[in-house]
Amino acid sequence: MNSNIPRMILGSNHMDLADRVLAKDKRAAARLITLIESEEEEAYEQLGILHASTGKAHIIGVTGPPGSGKSTIVDRLAKKIRAKGKTVGIIAVDPTSPFTGGAILGDRIRMVDLTLDEGVFIRSMGTRGHLGGLSRAASGAVKVLDAFGMDVVILETVGAGQSEVEIVSHAHTTVIVEMPGLGDEIQTIKAGIMEIADIFVINKADREGADKTAMEIQAMLGLNPEKPEWEPPILQTVARTDQGVDVLLEKVEEHYKYLKASGKFEKMVEMGIREELNTLIRGHLNRLADDMIDREQFDKMVNDILARKIDPYTAASQLVEDIENKLK
Amino acid sequence: MSERKMRVLIAKPGLDGHDRGAKIVARALRDAGFEVIYTGLHQTPEQIVETAIQEDVDAIGMSCLSGAHMTLFPKVTRLLREKGIDDILVTGGGIIPQEDIPKLKEEGIDMIFGPGTPLETIVKYHRENIVHSKNELEHPEDDTRK
Repeated sequence: MNSNIPRMILGSNHMDLADRVLAKDKRAAARLITLIESEEEEAYEQLGILHASTGKAHIIGVTGPPGSGKSTIVDRLAKKIRAKGKTVGIIAVDPTSPFTGGAILGDRIRMVDLTLDEGVFIRSMGTRGHLGGLSRAASGAVKVLDAFGMDVVILETVGAGQSEVEIVSHAHTTVIVEMPGLGDEIQTIKAGIMEIADIFVINKADREGADKTAMEIQAMLGLNPEKPEWEPPILQTVARTDQGVDVLLEKVEEHYKYLKASGKFEKMVEMGIREELNTLIRGHLNRLADDMIDREQFDKMVNDILARKIDPYTAASQLVEDIENKLK
Repeated sequence: MSERKMRVLIAKPGLDGHDRGAKIVARALRDAGFEVIYTGLHQTPEQIVETAIQEDVDAIGMSCLSGAHMTLFPKVTRLLREKGIDDILVTGGGIIPQEDIPKLKEEGIDMIFGPGTPLETIVKYHRENIVHSKNELEHPEDDTRK
């Protein structure tokens, strides 16, 4: 099937990708996500066009340790959402090897039945060196699926341990999937991932220790000095046999209603935009710095730092001062 | 611009459960820096093609040890053609008799890797036959900013 024509030339240009996404062309959506992953300039132009059509989807984040059943939960949840007549986009992130840059993206194995459902679009992504549980392109991919018209977008992180909390700034509703028997109650009072849940799920609840895990999480939540407006429910599921997933969907929908009714939703979205704008500006400034740093001066500074003639803090200030002077 | 990564779908069409070969190939491609989408056993040709579309892969590798390759592999290339897709490399592996290979190639399967094929051969084949973006062809040296 390989006609030996370079892939990108084949479509001749990507100027119409956004329009095709809006016209519900799956191949266009898939290709645009590829361009976003490769950080190609055209991708941002097309995303810019799509911006006006985004902001409609309910974005659900699913995170938790490896093997806790995130992908299976996502599969079951997506099926229940589909049964209600809503469409679902899924972004599933798996780790990229820090040594070879390669990755095995295997989350689809748990979602095989969804493949041929017209109302579902699943995309697997490697982290490609990004820490935090997601990939750099994940938020762009969510926008594509949002603009595509998916009512719900589920964002599944890599197997996450304690500090992969980036998901909160991308999802409206964050679900943490735990399982019985992963550490004692001290784990639950540590900072990080346990703080970000809107809903706790203890999956594989048919195993020993599910009640104990639930109790420990409950105790942890009870230590909050203030009673939060939204108290994260602690659910028990056995995703493999579909047990408890109905309740999970109910709680997810309840949380969405709570966000909307309390005015939190608008604040959350605004904060997300602030963060995104900041990140984009910093990206531009980084590139600007790359272009404007005087390389000769830079190498000289490195040697001077090595020779202990100057300290790195002063050197950095001087290099930035040079850039500022050039910009004047 | 960061590099354009090569993405390969490794799929097991048909009913046999021998997925060791598929997993080894998936692992070898991973170690060679590819992103491998692995979908597991018992995939229908329709599922394989739909997955290839959603994942925007550069290549599909199918493994079949049940003897049904003459039905399943061409069904995949036919479905791709029907959808107007001609830029995905399609390869097959498994227990495939020598005399079937010309027919499979006629049907649009680009390469068959039989038992005992060195993994380097498979990796090299994909590296050489996946043709990528014009941007990369124009800026082959633009490798400094990762």
